[in-house]
Amino acid sequence: MSATLASPPPAGSGRLTLRLLMLGAVLLLAVLPALNRLPADSALHVSDFIVSVSGKWITYAILALAIDLAWGYAGILSLGHGAFFTLGGYAIGMHLMRLIGPRGVYGHPVLPDFMVFLGYKELPWYWLGFDHFPFALLMAMAVPGLLAAVVGYLAFRSRITGVYFSIITQAMTYALMLAFFRNDMGFGGNNGFTDFKELLGMPLNTPTARSALFYASLALLVLSYALCSRITQSKLGRVLVAIRDAESRVRFLGYDVTRHKLFVFVLSAVLAGLAGALYVPQVGIINPGEFSPGNSIEAVIWVAVGGRGTLVGALLGAFSVNALKTWLTTVAPDLWLFALGGLFVAVTLFLPRGLIGLVSKVAK
Amino acid sequence: MSDGLSPPLGAARDAASVLYLDGVSVVFDGFRALNNLSLIVGAGELRAIIGPNGAGKTTMMDVITGKTRPTEGVVRFRDHDLTRLDEATIANLGIGRKFQKPTMFDALTVFENLELALKAPRGPVACLRWALSGEARRRIEAVMEEVGLTARSRDRAAILSHGQRQWLEIGMLLMQDPELLLVDEPVAGMTDQETEHTAALLVRIAGRRSVVVVEHDLEFVRALGSKVTVLCEGSMLSEGSIDHVQNDPRVIEVYLGR
Ligand SMILES: Nc1ncnc2c1ncn2[C@@H]1O[C@H](COP(=O)(O)OP(=O)(O)O)[C@@H](O)[C@H]1O
Ligand SMILES: [Mg+2]
Repeated sequence: MSATLASPPPAGSGRLTLRLLMLGAVLLLAVLPALNRLPADSALHVSDFIVSVSGKWITYAILALAIDLAWGYAGILSLGHGAFFTLGGYAIGMHLMRLIGPRGVYGHPVLPDFMVFLGYKELPWYWLGFDHFPFALLMAMAVPGLLAAVVGYLAFRSRITGVYFSIITQAMTYALMLAFFRNDMGFGGNNGFTDFKELLGMPLNTPTARSALFYASLALLVLSYALCSRITQSKLGRVLVAIRDAESRVRFLGYDVTRHKLFVFVLSAVLAGLAGALYVPQVGIINPGEFSPGNSIEAVIWVAVGGRGTLVGALLGAFSVNALKTWLTTVAPDLWLFALGGLFVAVTLFLPRGLIGLVSKVAK
Repeated sequence: MSDGLSPPLGAARDAASVLYLDGVSVVFDGFRALNNLSLIVGAGELRAIIGPNGAGKTTMMDVITGKTRPTEGVVRFRDHDLTRLDEATIANLGIGRKFQKPTMFDALTVFENLELALKAPRGPVACLRWALSGEARRRIEAVMEEVGLTARSRDRAAILSHGQRQWLEIGMLLMQDPELLLVDEPVAGMTDQETEHTAALLVRIAGRRSVVVVEHDLEFVRALGSKVTVLCEGSMLSEGSIDHVQNDPRVIEVYLGR
């Protein structure tokens, strides 16, 4: 996919229409938990399933935004954003594990079940502090951010770009998956974390907790979108586009390209981490499988399908591809990977600007 | 300045020299693109560089702007050793460059290209917080006027003609407001009138700034009225006024022998 394919933001009335559509979508999402509270025989009742699935998709949409900011604008194709997402999830997962306290199967006052099972005598040092929510939330941003800073610094400083960078990020998430599979890492190995009880005093798996997490995700989505559009509409956004299309030329204008790329890559990783932190309490489980390289690739495909370099396209792609996936995995689970691959090929060949490009073509 | 004799190198490195190259060689896989090249450009000087294709003119600019590291030799800009600095640092010292093949940002408009080039803090946070001031807008508009692109302000660079791309890149160079301008073949693809305009523009800039212009078009070089350096096979062949070098038997041999 050549860089020049990315579309300029839709102008004038197109832009307004888009804004209104998005506002409508957000409002529609916002009423879902309320409709869920209606009596089950009401025509407007929305099932628990719809609410929890939409809450999960919202976190995916935040991940897609993060990817689009780095890839669609700065040309940094990370195939490891699933790792940032999962690290954020693990950070909140550690907090949720600490909150279980003596309610675990083994009834140990401090140690999570898997540690008792593995014969831990005390909490590893890196589990300290996770009993505090603010600390866990901070870690959900700081750990992905730091990892992105280190990987990004080494790669960007050595001017590793394009597919070479993508391969490095794939290796990164794969290495993390292998590491987290190990029991002696102290993160629950194969099984990861589950059986969460509560968060911020709310018992999980209640309508209250579900809608609180749903609204928190929606709020983060709106904030992330606002932040990303603020960036892409600023001069920084134009520098990023310039870097995407002619990186070396930007240097001759005196821009330290490494710093700009690092800035956007780290920010993108932090957003992905926050999305993961909201994902885990909603799905109730986190395990090393979430690091699998395929997950990161899938998230990039959402963005490609929706239309990269537009932000809105990322949202559209995340929702539509996941809707397709949810439907297809119930009717024909074996077909999903073929469908995903086929979708990617089809979009690359026939819709280089993604669904959003199709929409704006039809609108004209 | 018109006797064609360059002053001895050591003596010339006085305060007035802005750019100083001494014994610079660039070797690509055993091929010497630059061969023991020495060159001094004074403050406010306008200098034309001519030479056949492959003489090493562009490579010389690559060496000055940090794109290519010299295999050996000294490259200094004022007090700075350019062989140790990266492209962005060199640009920020005050060296601007127009590429032989006009290069800009196709997805951005003419105005946005100029805005990116405008001298201003370059960090990510500064760029994020950047708000276009009236002063900055006026400067951009003045440059657009100068390079004749006012009507194309909101057009994306991708749809400009070759000549307009040349102008846009010259405009970007002006926005950077560098102390030393390196201009690689600026009039390729321009009409006679545009060529004249460019020559006048460069002459006007020089005096306040140092300008090094690479060009094939001898009429254009004559219009610059500056000292001329002739490069051939990576080395200096001749230096002096345009009349001097045009009558230099070695130069005649190189140009007519081809
Ligand atoms: N990166 C490179 N690798 C190998 N050879 C190069 C490279 N850059 C330039 N050259 C060679 O160096 C010589 C000088 O090129 P150049 O500086 O572009 O000449 P000019 O600008 O005077 O036409 C040419 O023969 C060219 O092929
Ligand atoms: Mg050249």
